[in-house]
Amino acid sequence: MATVDLKAVKKRFGSTEVIHGVSTSIADGEFIVIVGPSGCGKSTLLRMVAGLESVSEGEVSIGGKRVNELEPMDRDIAMVFQNYALYPHMSVRQNMGYGLKIAKLPKAEIDRKVDDAAKLLQLEPYLDRRPRDLSGGQRQRVAMGRAIVRQPKVFLFDEPLSNLDAKLRVQMRLEIRDLQNRLGITALYVTHDQVEAMTMADRMIVMNAGRAEQIGTPLEVYERPQTLFAAQFIGSPSMNVLDGVAADGSLSIGDSSLPLHSRLSGPVTVGIRPEHVIPDAEGPLAMTVQMGEPLGANTLLHGRMAGRSDAFTVSLAGVHHAVAGETLRFGVDPANLPFFDPKTGQRIEAEA
Amino acid sequence: MEKRVTFKGWLLPLCLIAPQVVISAIFFFYPAGQAIWQSLFIPDPFGLSMQYVGLGNFEFLLSDPYYRASFLTTAIFSTLVTLVSMVPALFLAVVADRLIKGAGTYRTLLIWPYAVAPAIAGVLWLFMFNTRVGVVSWYLGNLGYDWNHVLNDTEAMGLVVVASAWGRISYNFLFFFAALQAVPKSVIEAAAIDGARFWRRFWTIVLPLLSPTTFFLLVVNIVYAFFETFGVIHTITSGGPQQATTILVYKVFSDGFVGQDLGSSAAQSVILLVVVGALTVFQFKFIERRVHY
Repeated sequence: MATVDLKAVKKRFGSTEVIHGVSTSIADGEFIVIVGPSGCGKSTLLRMVAGLESVSEGEVSIGGKRVNELEPMDRDIAMVFQNYALYPHMSVRQNMGYGLKIAKLPKAEIDRKVDDAAKLLQLEPYLDRRPRDLSGGQRQRVAMGRAIVRQPKVFLFDEPLSNLDAKLRVQMRLEIRDLQNRLGITALYVTHDQVEAMTMADRMIVMNAGRAEQIGTPLEVYERPQTLFAAQFIGSPSMNVLDGVAADGSLSIGDSSLPLHSRLSGPVTVGIRPEHVIPDAEGPLAMTVQMGEPLGANTLLHGRMAGRSDAFTVSLAGVHHAVAGETLRFGVDPANLPFFDPKTGQRIEAEA
Repeated sequence: MEKRVTFKGWLLPLCLIAPQVVISAIFFFYPAGQAIWQSLFIPDPFGLSMQYVGLGNFEFLLSDPYYRASFLTTAIFSTLVTLVSMVPALFLAVVADRLIKGAGTYRTLLIWPYAVAPAIAGVLWLFMFNTRVGVVSWYLGNLGYDWNHVLNDTEAMGLVVVASAWGRISYNFLFFFAALQAVPKSVIEAAAIDGARFWRRFWTIVLPLLSPTTFFLLVVNIVYAFFETFGVIHTITSGGPQQATTILVYKVFSDGFVGQDLGSSAAQSVILLVVVGALTVFQFKFIERRVHY
């Protein structure tokens, strides 16, 4: 159990900088999810904490101690890999006990710890099997078990659920979170799946192109996205963005105009979440529906803003029978709208 | 699910396997049959008549101390060739696998010796160690060591082993290198996080994962040492001194074509066939079981 601190951590491969300085402090026992699209540097960041990649600049500390120069084994961490990285020639028991055996623990104690972990993960019937005789979910558990038995200060997860099917993923998500809660071990969890990030994180780091776009609780990021990227990456379906011009207490988007509660002026980008759309025959905005996706609990309507090329998606509660070509008029609550600078993508605080 | 390809008639499948069958028949079954047949006779030196002796050739061979010595020589030789060709190859592969820059160049250079024909490799080593003009023997002489593989059994054996194994290092290197590349990086990293340092990881993770390759190379190299080293031995020592480097396959040649005892030579071929067959069956039965995970 320990805190993890990143101070302006940078990573360069040759002359290419891939991580441009990430700083954050992770509290003891916190569950942090690093989320971002492929190639954003999230795995590299995690591997720097693990010690599998060198830190080009900045400082990584675990439990208040600088670990930049330490080997992975000396950092007191455990890692769960995307492909599980189990030792294929060893039984489940040997896999889980490998680290302890290297640490020269007495055999009886290794057995006891492995048995405890196996019990916790319901792996007891499989202890003598080889990894290839296990299902994906069981392998995932063995990888977890290998991390748990060593009682590390920090858990590192590198997309551990992306090889599982959807149903198992939801189940393992809860199990991992529950396990981490019970053990109280600080965890860093990398994923590209924003739903995983939303559901598991105490706080999340939204990464894009080597930068931390926003660090905050899932609801903070959802409700007050600091950048256009964070706004669009978190939330499903993705936030709609429209370019408009604000002037004199109203925002004009093409031919339509929305009332504003702020003294914003000039060109802005506005974000409208599909689930925040309020259908209204008198509403100021309109879209031409192209396709409907009935999901049961809600219905997604995909289309374009009337008379414009901007793609727009609306999420309506319940079942809604959409007809292609139909025009849907709607309004939004202006108080909820985030505004972004069209050039930098940074949030513009709309002071009232 | 049925994955086999099925044919309707007999003609097409027959045509498809015909080339392999014909080649095996001409180059393996026919000569093997001939060898078995000839091993039952003693022909006269001019090949004009043959006298049936039953298993006489075999009886003679098995009681011949020279032949039994050749068995031992072959065992020592093939063990050494296998070791000397595999251990350095594995070492080089491990080192090349860790390289980041210039790995391609090293790889290419390390493969070159394999392209050298065994007889040429033999001549190459022979020149280097030649007792009168050899570079290496001259330096050894300067160091006060009198190298003479023409007279010294051990030195002769050492030289043919090195000359035979040298080219094979390249071959084995290729396989080991490919196998090392196939070991998932994350498994190694997991072991590193688990606290295993390089050599510990090598012995407990990498080497076990290489075992299918190692087993394959073991079989292939033993077969190589048994049969394909003829050229090297012929050029360097011709089986000498005092038959110290006469391995079974060389004895087949020297008894048959130099000594003109074709009956004995044929009987030796048959014995060799049985030995290699038995060895292979043994390897597959007892070692292969342990190497799969």
